[in-house]
Amino acid sequence: MAYSEKVVDHFNNPRNVGSFKKEEDGVGTGIVGAPECGDVMKLQIKVQNDTIVDAKFKTFGCGSAIASSSLATEWLKGKTVDEAGKIKNTDIVQELNLPPVKIHCSVLAEDAIKAALADYKKKEDGKETVK
Amino acid sequence: MKFPIYLDNHSTTPMDPRVLESMLPYFTEKFGNSASRNHAFGWEAEEGVETARKQIAKLIHADAKEIVFTSGATESDNLALKGVAEMYHEKGDHIITSSTEHRAVLDTAKALEAKRGIKVTYLPVDKFGMVNPEDVRNAITDKTILISIMFANNEIGTINPIKEIGKIAKEKGILFHCDATQGMGKVPIDVQDLGIDLMSFSAHKIYGPKGVGALYVRKKNPRVRIAAQMDGGGHERGMRSGTLPVPLIVGFGRACELCEQEMAADAARLSVMRDRLHANITSALEEVYLNGHPTQRLPHNLNISFAYVEGESLLMGCKEIALSSGSACTSATLEPSYVLRALGVGAELAHSSIRFGLGRFTLDEEVDYAGKRIIEVVTKLREMSPLYEMAKEGIDLKSVSWAAH
Repeated sequence: MAYSEKVVDHFNNPRNVGSFKKEEDGVGTGIVGAPECGDVMKLQIKVQNDTIVDAKFKTFGCGSAIASSSLATEWLKGKTVDEAGKIKNTDIVQELNLPPVKIHCSVLAEDAIKAALADYKKKEDGKETVK
Repeated sequence: MKFPIYLDNHSTTPMDPRVLESMLPYFTEKFGNSASRNHAFGWEAEEGVETARKQIAKLIHADAKEIVFTSGATESDNLALKGVAEMYHEKGDHIITSSTEHRAVLDTAKALEAKRGIKVTYLPVDKFGMVNPEDVRNAITDKTILISIMFANNEIGTINPIKEIGKIAKEKGILFHCDATQGMGKVPIDVQDLGIDLMSFSAHKIYGPKGVGALYVRKKNPRVRIAAQMDGGGHERGMRSGTLPVPLIVGFGRACELCEQEMAADAARLSVMRDRLHANITSALEEVYLNGHPTQRLPHNLNISFAYVEGESLLMGCKEIALSSGSACTSATLEPSYVLRALGVGAELAHSSIRFGLGRFTLDEEVDYAGKRIIEVVTKLREMSPLYEMAKEGIDLKSVSWAAH
């Protein structure tokens, strides 16, 4: 199977690889997938004033999974929390030109975004209760 | 060095130029049908076929008359299992095989279960992928008509204790089929010494052409009979009808002759190369696991899992090297290697496995380059792996409740 140029580009030059400290203020962390299924994505966002100012990822998975998460971090930066929640897996499929067998990689990336946003919101809600 | 580098010789091998040379006349001037009995064109073709039959038989210590030509090992496996099941159905309805056989055997066995009511025992293998001969003995019933165990596994290269299994089969009077596709021409195989009654193999794994294989069918002690699975002109002593592909057969014969002459030297050279590749990788990387048997394995095979790195991404990272992985993402079924799973290798490590298959034309510098690149790419992918990060933080990955999807 040949990979699309964009997948190859993200795979060879992954954007925003790395980690934030999970406990850091404004950081939301999403970890989805399972090692026995062959893919695990960790996606993190850093939010200031409701805007995602930075995003990072680490992925165990095939080239398309790595490309999907790399692309997701690029798209997340600069978006508000609400806007980020609207990113759909189909957008990733389209942008990376993923074949049908690789659609689950994009689903996983969407799940990772949702999980990171949910983690961020949970932390924010926790703060308010403390106040 | 020429790119891409080919290290997938279990999949197929390049044809030896000497094989091609032997075949060429049979495409054009010696084009006859070997079954044409009454003119020179037929005789010439037949002579080519019979010479090849002898060359092939010699390599496995068989008689030329015991070689039945087929289209390849898949057909040979089908013919052996289905042909025996049909021919001996009055004697019994039970076949013993193992869980790590090639799909050509496993799927044939499943078809016999579903369509002909044959009962099949799939023996487990040990952690090195080896069948225990005592398990074979214990699985035998008074209805057992065939034991089918592979010589060496195509993924992990583990060589089975064929001689012991052959002895048990003989003792119990049960036919023994061996799929020797991967071992043929790579290590010595003597059907007399090993007690094999039927043996499948193909030309393209031994530097011969694609599209031709053979089934060895023992003629005496015992005389094995199989029911033909294709109706037609009654070629190959009635066991396999169809005009013989003379050029392919001539090449197959020449390939066997070359293996007989060069097998020992090839094996010695490739095992040194393979061991150096393994040593280079393990000295540079932690958490690298060998799959298969440490010593009882094909000399040109290396199969290793790189923890925390997914196999397909590893192959993608070194695209200039042709390799194969047990990762689900590289299989048609989207399941990780059933062979590795049968050894008890965890799914996560099965996804992380890479198979190196060296061959007659593999150069030292190619293997060293491949080792260097693999180390680079694994290191890069581990830096990107959340699992590696978690393991480094001391988290036991098995204790995490993952959301399987």
